[in-house]
Amino acid sequence: MKLKVHMKTATLALATTALAVLASPVLAEIKIGSTLAQTGPASFLGDPEAKTLRMLVDDLNANGGINGEQIKLIMYDDGADPNKARTFATRMVEDDEVVAVIAGSTTGATMAMIPVFEDAGVPFISLAGAAVIIDPVKKWVFKTPHTDTMACGKIYADMNKRGISKVGIISSSGGFGKSMRAQCMGLADASGIEIVADEVYGPKDADMTPQLTKIGNTAGIQAVIDTGFGQSAAIVARNFSQLQIDVPLYESHGVASKSFIDLAGDAANGVRLPASALLVAEILADDDPQKSVVVSYRDAYEAATGEPVSTFGGHAADAFNMMVAAIERAGPTDSAAIRDEIEKTTGFIGTGGEVNMGPNDHLGLDLSAFRMLEIKDGTWSIFE
Amino acid sequence: MNSISTKYATLIAMVAVIVIAPMFFPSSFYYRIGALIFINGLAVMGLVVLIGYAGQVSLGHAGFVGIGAYAAALGPIYLGLPPVLGIVLGALISGSLAWLIGRPILRLRGHYLAVATLGVGILIYMVLNNEAQLTGGPDGMPVQAIGLKEFLKSIGYSVKGSVMWYWLAAIVLLVGAVIGLNLHDSPTGRALRSLHDSEIAARTVGIDVARYKLRAFVISAVYASVAGSQLALMNKFISPDVASFLHSVELVTMTVLGGASVIFGALVGATILTALPQVLTMFEDFEHVLLGLIMMLVMIFMRAGLVPSLIKLIRRLTK
Repeated sequence: MKLKVHMKTATLALATTALAVLASPVLAEIKIGSTLAQTGPASFLGDPEAKTLRMLVDDLNANGGINGEQIKLIMYDDGADPNKARTFATRMVEDDEVVAVIAGSTTGATMAMIPVFEDAGVPFISLAGAAVIIDPVKKWVFKTPHTDTMACGKIYADMNKRGISKVGIISSSGGFGKSMRAQCMGLADASGIEIVADEVYGPKDADMTPQLTKIGNTAGIQAVIDTGFGQSAAIVARNFSQLQIDVPLYESHGVASKSFIDLAGDAANGVRLPASALLVAEILADDDPQKSVVVSYRDAYEAATGEPVSTFGGHAADAFNMMVAAIERAGPTDSAAIRDEIEKTTGFIGTGGEVNMGPNDHLGLDLSAFRMLEIKDGTWSIFE
Repeated sequence: MNSISTKYATLIAMVAVIVIAPMFFPSSFYYRIGALIFINGLAVMGLVVLIGYAGQVSLGHAGFVGIGAYAAALGPIYLGLPPVLGIVLGALISGSLAWLIGRPILRLRGHYLAVATLGVGILIYMVLNNEAQLTGGPDGMPVQAIGLKEFLKSIGYSVKGSVMWYWLAAIVLLVGAVIGLNLHDSPTGRALRSLHDSEIAARTVGIDVARYKLRAFVISAVYASVAGSQLALMNKFISPDVASFLHSVELVTMTVLGGASVIFGALVGATILTALPQVLTMFEDFEHVLLGLIMMLVMIFMRAGLVPSLIKLIRRLTK
């Protein structure tokens, strides 16, 4: 009899323990979904973004998660194909039942996914560039990267300060270059800038001398803007210096990486560009509010991956940190409450700048998010 | 006799798969995968006619998918067409374009034909990418809904978009299969299969080789175009990636994997390359390696493609 009771108690205790062990991870899991271009033509965006998210989730979980609950990151690779991105978006909503999403390395993938999250009511922070994502404002959609409109605005603001008004644009016919050219053209009048020359080159062209010669010979030209990025921008900078065009050259925020300086060599000196604080972490002033944020992200990322930091991973870090802050305030289960809290994000200092969102602004960055840089002696210097 | 039973066997198998599969769907996400399989399957059926029947290779078929997609996207905006008629518009444009360019390039053979179709596909992709004021450029553009969902709701039948598209795409796929199967045993189909085996022999018995090749090319372009239109209307968003070279290769891979010579192979090939990547996501970093390995093994051990090889195996075992 006594033995029987003991057996019962023991079984009960065992069952309870087993139940607790089994149940706890299931109850305390916050599912965040993500689909990024980890492979394919846009993997230079998706790869650092994915690595950043994995790193931050591991860190957070090791430190107890959000209010003691672990985060489960559900990650897919859409290879920048909008159709695949949309399929994964459906999967995250219908099958994985995620509470919120950080995804979309490219504008195309993001635009394809938006209807899915809008229909399902799942907050979605995009990591893609174009302004159409948040303009007009969509209820469930946010984004962290700067827009090309802001890059043009920053360049024009710098020109206004220096009394430059007659400008030539040379643009790449790739997606990024074309979009930025359109934004710069649209913004010119309002900024008191006159576009006196407008030339285009193919993103794979090996020589831009003809276009630059034409721009250089335009009467009264005071500066040139190039909207390319990667290799083509470096060629523009080289041709520009070979032709000894005697006005400043402004490049887009797309060239803000060490490889541009390596490719352009001496020709890079004197080139001006808007860039996020992350790239110039070491030369920021110590009292700069972003300094500690960008330095700690850079160090963590480089330690975790052994690769140099890029702004793209920074956008993912900002999105994740904003999301975590919103979940902390809203609780882990209610997507609508999380959306409301993301929209209320103010005074958030991220790698991209200070974020102040609102019902009419789902980006929350202003021109101060960009630093105007000049390349001097083969390295960045702040040019305010 | 045998061919008639093949035809009905294929159709019965397809209907069975289409009707039975949803009973195992745990969520509406699976309906989307199903719809994607049927849409890809339709484009692949066109390639079965071209590659399997006529023995001609096209590496630019995603271009026609792109034309269909953008016709469904742009027709309503610029011509005031209802989106459904965009499908017809796309089919007309794709068919005419295939007819125009097919005349000169189908005189080419083997590698030269492949390269010429490759060029056509890339040109279409470039136009879609560069005419940004029309197509929205690389970032893509939104597409109007066909309004069927709203209509169904108004008569008191609320249905999810992915579920609706599953059945719509299934019906279109079956229509495509009926046409493709009928074609197989028609005079055109026999002419195509004979020129597949030997163009010289076909010519000797009086078959106008160039004309029949052209016919197969136009038919396959229309299949691809209808598939593209459906994709655009289902996603309500389209970008030039749909017309990319990689997508062309994907379609040819589906055709060959399933078995280029049989219509049912189109459904099998499309299923594998559409659904398998979703299954393989659980292997994360090894996803692409596994996909490649599976494809290699199929091609090494089942050279005729999955369906013909399996049929052969079953026949041998039952003998």
